[in-house]
Amino acid sequence: MAEETKAAGAAESSAPSEGQSQGHRPGPRGPRPGGPGGPGGREGGRKYFRRKKVCKFCVEKIENINYKDVRLLAQFVAESGKIVPRRLTGVCTPHQRRLSTAIKQARNIALLPFAGRAM
Amino acid sequence: MNRTYEVMFIVRPDMAEEDLEKLISTLETAVTSSNGTVKNVEKMGKRRLAYVIGRFHDGMYILLTVEGGGGLIHELERRLRVSEPVIKFLTVRIDEEQKRLDKIKQIRDARKKVSAPAAAPEGGEPAATATV
Repeated sequence: MAEETKAAGAAESSAPSEGQSQGHRPGPRGPRPGGPGGPGGREGGRKYFRRKKVCKFCVEKIENINYKDVRLLAQFVAESGKIVPRRLTGVCTPHQRRLSTAIKQARNIALLPFAGRAM
Repeated sequence: MNRTYEVMFIVRPDMAEEDLEKLISTLETAVTSSNGTVKNVEKMGKRRLAYVIGRFHDGMYILLTVEGGGGLIHELERRLRVSEPVIKFLTVRIDEEQKRLDKIKQIRDARKKVSAPAAAPEGGEPAATATV
């Protein structure tokens, strides 16, 4: 066994020059150690790991989505004034529905901008 | 036909305080004369507008909570439309939403009561360890 491993080691030791010359190998291999448990990075290579998004309103049990609560609504409005889609924020469908109505009402009464940061 | 509405409106920022009071009182009398009740009047103060309305960059926000029928709202909105210092208004019906919220709260409270006896001993332990 020991001989075999040695032999394998020898074989590998001769290989590195080749492996390094290829150069691309370390790429996919790099993130793997940190991959499964580590923080979900963008360059997760093949094996993408994404943190599960949860609905803020379900988690914090906020039922009252009101057009007057500008601070809350502003979290779900992009810099451009657009409503951030569910797929980015993770808000569940019923809450997104209420949220979008509230945002539209707030826009109507000039609490939130229709487009762009104000002025 | 008793419904609850919130009427939020914005008046121009340079309006004098007494004029504002007068405007609000006329609106209140309009509400009471068409069999409605004013539940609450809240002056939310001067705020910066998110976008320019007319030529104004900020405005005074006032929130009226009224109870009554749809005709009342019609009259109220007409008055707001013709009154010159009001630059924007929004009416939202809130009774159904409130009913929904109350229902959810009731359900949550009921659930809490059920789980309270079980949760109480658990709640006691961490407190005890915290004191130690």
